[in-house]
Amino acid sequence: MYKYDNYDQAMVDARVAEFRDQVKRRLAGEMTEDQFKPLRLMNGLYLQLHAYMLRVAIPYGTLDSRQMRMLAHIARKYDRDYGHFTTRQNIQYNWIKLEECGDLLEELASVEMHAIQTSGNCIRNISSDQYAGAAADEVTDPRPWAELLRQWSTFHPEFSYLPRKFKIAVIASPEDRAAMRLHDIGLELVKKDGELGARVFVGGGMGRTPMIAPEINSFVKADDLLSYIEACLRVYNRYGRRDNIYKARIKILVHEIGADAYRAQVEEEFAHVKALGIDPPLAELERIAVFFDLPEPIQSEVRHSREGGDPSPDHSIDAIVQEIDSRLRGGDDWGAFETWVKQNVKPHKAPGYAIVNISLKPIGGIPGDASSSQMEVMADLAEKYGFDELRVTHAQNIVLPHVAKRDLYTVWQALSEAGLANANLDLISDIIACPGLDYCSLANARSIPVAQKISKRFGNLDRQRDLGELKLKISGCINACGHHHAGHIGILGVDRKGVENYQLTFGGSGAQDVSIGKIIGPGFDEDGVVDAVEKATEVYTRLREGEERFIDTYRRVGLEPFKEAIYG
Amino acid sequence: MVEPAQGGAWPRYRDDEVAEQPSVTLDAFLDQSNAGAVRLEPDDDARRLIPHLGRLSLIEIAFPKYRDGRGYSSARILREAGYIGELRAQGDVLVDQIAFMRRCGFDSFAPEGSLNPEAVERALAVYPHAYQGAADGAQAIWKLRHG
Repeated sequence: MYKYDNYDQAMVDARVAEFRDQVKRRLAGEMTEDQFKPLRLMNGLYLQLHAYMLRVAIPYGTLDSRQMRMLAHIARKYDRDYGHFTTRQNIQYNWIKLEECGDLLEELASVEMHAIQTSGNCIRNISSDQYAGAAADEVTDPRPWAELLRQWSTFHPEFSYLPRKFKIAVIASPEDRAAMRLHDIGLELVKKDGELGARVFVGGGMGRTPMIAPEINSFVKADDLLSYIEACLRVYNRYGRRDNIYKARIKILVHEIGADAYRAQVEEEFAHVKALGIDPPLAELERIAVFFDLPEPIQSEVRHSREGGDPSPDHSIDAIVQEIDSRLRGGDDWGAFETWVKQNVKPHKAPGYAIVNISLKPIGGIPGDASSSQMEVMADLAEKYGFDELRVTHAQNIVLPHVAKRDLYTVWQALSEAGLANANLDLISDIIACPGLDYCSLANARSIPVAQKISKRFGNLDRQRDLGELKLKISGCINACGHHHAGHIGILGVDRKGVENYQLTFGGSGAQDVSIGKIIGPGFDEDGVVDAVEKATEVYTRLREGEERFIDTYRRVGLEPFKEAIYG
Repeated sequence: MVEPAQGGAWPRYRDDEVAEQPSVTLDAFLDQSNAGAVRLEPDDDARRLIPHLGRLSLIEIAFPKYRDGRGYSSARILREAGYIGELRAQGDVLVDQIAFMRRCGFDSFAPEGSLNPEAVERALAVYPHAYQGAADGAQAIWKLRHG
């Protein structure tokens, strides 16, 4: 994990002092709310329906046990004993008092955390693959690159008053676990002739005009990357639309002028920017990368398996289950444990290890919420069994990326006791949902109650596992914070003449088979949309062939059979 | 730093004389070759001035709304092209934008509202370093790290 040096710490400490001063001036009436707004927004502080909401950055979703404990402490001391993990791999607190913000940020800074640029029309927290460093299919760990971008984008003097917010994701695997092409800039690290570089995609996004980012460059070298991204941003800052907030994202610019014209402008700007010497030497990337080296016991295993100890390690989940201590098989809880392993544990690049997904989606719960004590349990487990690392996923779950297979049972037991062993990863109840009208001042409809009803309707785990991977995502307004466009099944809450109404979309995906869902027909009320989802799953189980997932069947047979069952 | 002269800009971080002549619009400037001061609106392309930078002593960049950040790019483009004359931010310029503006190459300010001198000084002193190179000559943190 990255550790701050004196420079990093000084920058964060300076921000705390600055924001303390800004809050003081606001409270003293020296600043109007309108003047304060952009300043607090660059510190992740929103004024919501009931209170201030603070969003804390978790860069590329990586944190250690000390930081997770601090998040628990913040929840207990400054909020109502819980926090909400977000689709940007951050955490937000819903009941914050403005006058306590300075103290809160100071506590965060003591564990190398902050709320810098978690909102506002600036470059936001850089997101990444939650399995980074552990995934067998990655060409490199994407996080050093994400950290390089974090530093470059922090307090960027030219790009702090962009037309609109700006989100960047970095991945390094062919499997996309970070919805990379639905970001303003998506980077996929690839190797070309033995050299690492980035494929650059620009102009993706959700919101009211969902778009999949086109490829703008097939290979940008590591030591050109910041210049290239700076050029991408400068073209956007100069020519992105500012006349209409709904058309201000970079996707609209790229779409309106076309990817080719945008690329040409970026190339021209890049030729100019490259001469400025803003790219750090590769030594800086290497300096950062050292912090992300795998722990030594894991590294030596990876080396061993590569050096012919095992020419083709079996990375399947069945292999993991086979390796688990046979003495556990007779126990009363074997069935529940085995199910959890099959559903929530993923293969690791080192043969003796596995990736553990902790689902924050209990049946009937609020997606992404965790209590202070649950955060502490996760922190303890990371410290004892996970080389002190945790990740937040864009699907609002938590990951322990490096757990020895021999510890899986112990970890599962501890999670079970804390209500954290929900074996529903990627199943229909593993729902992404925005806070919706229960909290958010932008929302048109509630998201949480719909998520809870669907989760309960499909509460039976055997039924869910029979339905298989089914990504269901709910947004309470057109801004699409709940990623409904990228849901195999998406639900969009709208306001129809003062009544909450829910539209259903099918066929979206945020993975490497990226696609935007399509609205299937007229909307429903809250119970109606739950019924419609259930009918859709029935059509799927009737029509599926072989190993098809819901989305595969939908793509093969099209909308008609679903429409007939739902509206027929 | 001195108190504002009549009609001048404050704060101003230059020792030379304030330009006497009023600034003209970009189109007027490009038509009328003898003007020494020009004013850019947010949607003006700063690059059109590049052939003429040597005879300009003042470029004023308008910020009708502080949220409109196009002027930051205009400023950097002009400095990157070698402009060394006065670069002034005019309009909805607030104390909390001054530090970023300085980094982008602005060296004088003509805010619509008045700025509190103490607050300006405080704002400029907040950050001990910068993570990235810009137009102000500050060494990026990566440069400090690698000598």
